[in-house]
Amino acid sequence: MDHRAAGLTDAEAIRMYRTMLLARRLDERQWLLNRAGKLPFVISCQGHEAAQVGAGFALKPGVDFVLPYYRDLALVLALGVTSEAVMLAAFARADDPASGGRQMPNHFSDRRLRIFTQSSPTGTQIPHAVGFAWAARYTGEPFVAFVSFGDGTSNQGDFHEGLNFAGVFRLPVIAFVENNRYAISVPLERQIASPDVASRAQSYGMAGVKVDGRDPFAVYRVVREARERALAGEGGTLIEADVMRLTPHSSDDDDRTYRSREEVEALRQADPVARVRAYLLEQALLDAAALEALEAEVAAEVDRATAAAEAAPLPDPATAMRHVYAEAPERPGASTDRWGGAGGKGPEGWTEPAPAGGGTDGGR
Amino acid sequence: MAVKTYIEAIREALWQAMERDPGVFVLGEDVGRRGGVFRATAGLLERFGERRVVDTPLAESAIVGVAIGAAAYGLRPVAEIQFADFIYPATNQIVNEAAKIRYRSNGAWSVPLVIRAPYGGGVHGALYHSQSVEKAFTGHPGLRVVTPSNPYDAKGLLLAAIFSDDPVLFLEHKKLYRLAKGEVPEDFYTVPLDRARTVREGDDVTVIAYGLMVPYALEAAERLAREEGIEATVLDLVTLYPLDRAAIVEAARRTGKVLIVHEDNGEGGVGGEVAAVIAETALFDLDAPIRRLTGPDVPAMPYSPPLEAWFMPSVERIAAAMRELARF
Repeated sequence: MDHRAAGLTDAEAIRMYRTMLLARRLDERQWLLNRAGKLPFVISCQGHEAAQVGAGFALKPGVDFVLPYYRDLALVLALGVTSEAVMLAAFARADDPASGGRQMPNHFSDRRLRIFTQSSPTGTQIPHAVGFAWAARYTGEPFVAFVSFGDGTSNQGDFHEGLNFAGVFRLPVIAFVENNRYAISVPLERQIASPDVASRAQSYGMAGVKVDGRDPFAVYRVVREARERALAGEGGTLIEADVMRLTPHSSDDDDRTYRSREEVEALRQADPVARVRAYLLEQALLDAAALEALEAEVAAEVDRATAAAEAAPLPDPATAMRHVYAEAPERPGASTDRWGGAGGKGPEGWTEPAPAGGGTDGGR
Repeated sequence: MAVKTYIEAIREALWQAMERDPGVFVLGEDVGRRGGVFRATAGLLERFGERRVVDTPLAESAIVGVAIGAAAYGLRPVAEIQFADFIYPATNQIVNEAAKIRYRSNGAWSVPLVIRAPYGGGVHGALYHSQSVEKAFTGHPGLRVVTPSNPYDAKGLLLAAIFSDDPVLFLEHKKLYRLAKGEVPEDFYTVPLDRARTVREGDDVTVIAYGLMVPYALEAAERLAREEGIEATVLDLVTLYPLDRAAIVEAARRTGKVLIVHEDNGEGGVGGEVAAVIAETALFDLDAPIRRLTGPDVPAMPYSPPLEAWFMPSVERIAAAMRELARF
């Protein structure tokens, strides 16, 4: 899709490409470091970048609550997570802002950016997103909750329980499925009996939308529209972005055991990063020299982040008992001191939810 | 001071917490129009409205999971699981999410969430309306598990749980709801979430119990004192996780003879951990082997009255075990 038709300026389109490229290069660097024995584990975003960056640019960082999953490197970069933060987590350093080196890489968290901490069992974050959306309704603060996950996760009970809850109360949730057609080794045909994931939205009384996840501008537009509907009190949207997984599931996986090299090669030919690069050239937003300069700039950023993270201190085991329970004493009082200053209108901003079921097409 | 039942104390705590803090809300199955199947939330909908008293879809994992999101935002949800027996679909949200969120985010996020769950038997509830679920939820650092044995603690502990910044599983013994009566102050007060309470003092034998077994142990102690001159110390654990180790050790040392009583199954139950604490710290202060009197190791409580009575520890059985220990 033409980026202007999606409502994006030339500069925004270029920034989106830069974010995709940065995600790709950070990801590739982690694989190199893994194979060199410096990182114990890598899990990839490669092939998902266009969908993630499109979504990230449609959200309001620090305002909307975002509940990503482990492939969402490009998404969190689009929201403002830095390359150095990514590498600090990869190296499990003390200053890793997501977890202080406690979690595996790509378990993103940044309170300032309203990126909520996540676990590894899939789909648990979907009810959490609905809870944040509930808080938006409760306080009247204008934000949406955006939650992403893979196609396999759309089978989890928490997917159904969470989206049904959101649908019943018409909460401002955007559920974003990055469908790469594999749950580790098990293909989509063994995952879902419905023709696609988006059609499941019908059960939840919310809009279901399919979008080409290789096209960041198309994704931007559908996520922006979903956000506007949510903020207007029209409830949630289930968006299914078709993406591809260019790598094995993780650095501990070997996808040669379950998919052919021809299949992977065909995906590589349709690589979304190359596709957007070609688009920028074709639209004359950047010329070959500018693209080369951008590559160099991104490579330098990855180098700097890697060096800084590798040199950063590891966590001290003396800190490992911290943050099991609250360290401050109990403080009976009003919780409005926690959320009242966050731009909410307070309880009087409450509006009773409209009944579910009407006004959605439930399809595409 | 007014005399109130255990469930009235719980209702009063919810009411006062909601009056005090506009971020406190309750959610669960049948908590709104019905006022809860045990009437714990009766009157709240009329007073606080649908925004703060939320009848949810029947889906336990969503009840807890949505409450986690709202709590992480900064609200103070009180989620009701209708019967503790129905809590297991939410187990992953409780032990893998709520309990670990502060730790895994290195202190950046917290979940000030209370999950209320009626538990326990002796109410003709059979296998799936009688369970003691505590052994599944103790042993998860980050999660607090507490249970009051009387109306005073029910109110104060629930207020403490609601205003705590940690996730708390608040277990309410169903048989105590209307059986237990006691003086409850009108004012706002809290009972510490991490302290056991000595409810009777005596030098011959120590009983360590919680929930319904506390009033049973007290009755047994009074009977033995009156009829046989055996004086017991009774320790109400109050907090099942983390345990108040210092209070346990002190109570064990006082008499050197310890009986641990709970309704939950014996093997794998809270009593095993209590015994380990004593063995590690006060073994040489003991004058008799530690004894446990618990629910039998069958999957759950049967329905038919003689089978239910067979399962439940009773005042008589507690008294008999105390007598044996005292004479050891």
